[in-house]
Amino acid sequence: MIRVAVQPAAIDIAAELDLHDAGGHGASASFIGRVRGDGDLTELFLDHHPAMTGAGLADLAHAAADRWHLSALTLIHRVGAMVPGETIVFILASSPHRAEALAACEFLIDRLKTDVMLWKRESFADGRVQWVEPREGDNARADRWS
Amino acid sequence: MPLEIAYFAWVRERMGVADETVDLPASVSNVSSLVAWLAARDARGQIAFAEPQLIRAAIDGVMMGLDAPLAGAREVALFPPVTGG
Repeated sequence: MIRVAVQPAAIDIAAELDLHDAGGHGASASFIGRVRGDGDLTELFLDHHPAMTGAGLADLAHAAADRWHLSALTLIHRVGAMVPGETIVFILASSPHRAEALAACEFLIDRLKTDVMLWKRESFADGRVQWVEPREGDNARADRWS
Repeated sequence: MPLEIAYFAWVRERMGVADETVDLPASVSNVSSLVAWLAARDARGQIAFAEPQLIRAAIDGVMMGLDAPLAGAREVALFPPVTGG
């Protein structure tokens, strides 16, 4: 079971976990990315491509499923406006064994940062607005998996 | 042949529109010449494409390099490097 979503609505992590619980998988590993409130950040806005963002996430999910033995995989990314503390991205990988679930999670978050059409814009309390620039460290982490 | 161009993130903000349809001169044959043409067309283009090395592209939903030909393309997306996650 592969479930991929790009959504403006809040991610219901408990409901997503329930879906994996119901599968009786031996091991589930998750990654949750949240909006940090660094530097008086008031809003994080995620821009996306209406077709390519979802297709990019689906491609990554299938690449992970080809690479590791996964019995269920959920990959959800929020788009639109968010405030500090909200969940931006949720990854849940289930497998009979922990090593594959953990590796798939790490692969997915590393590659998602460099391969999927999403752009972050930060707004701060003093009125500054800036688009986030890619970090070299993110490219290096993503390259480890190629 | 009309070509639809879609802009994302700060490229969209600097262009002032999310998308537009253009009639390209024959000299514009690939993504990089399209970017140069947009930069030369007006003040917004000049600002949006002042640093062409920061521009990424997709043709009809597929990520492509700046040397990718435009022949047969229906839609080109132009955007900065991605920053999701």
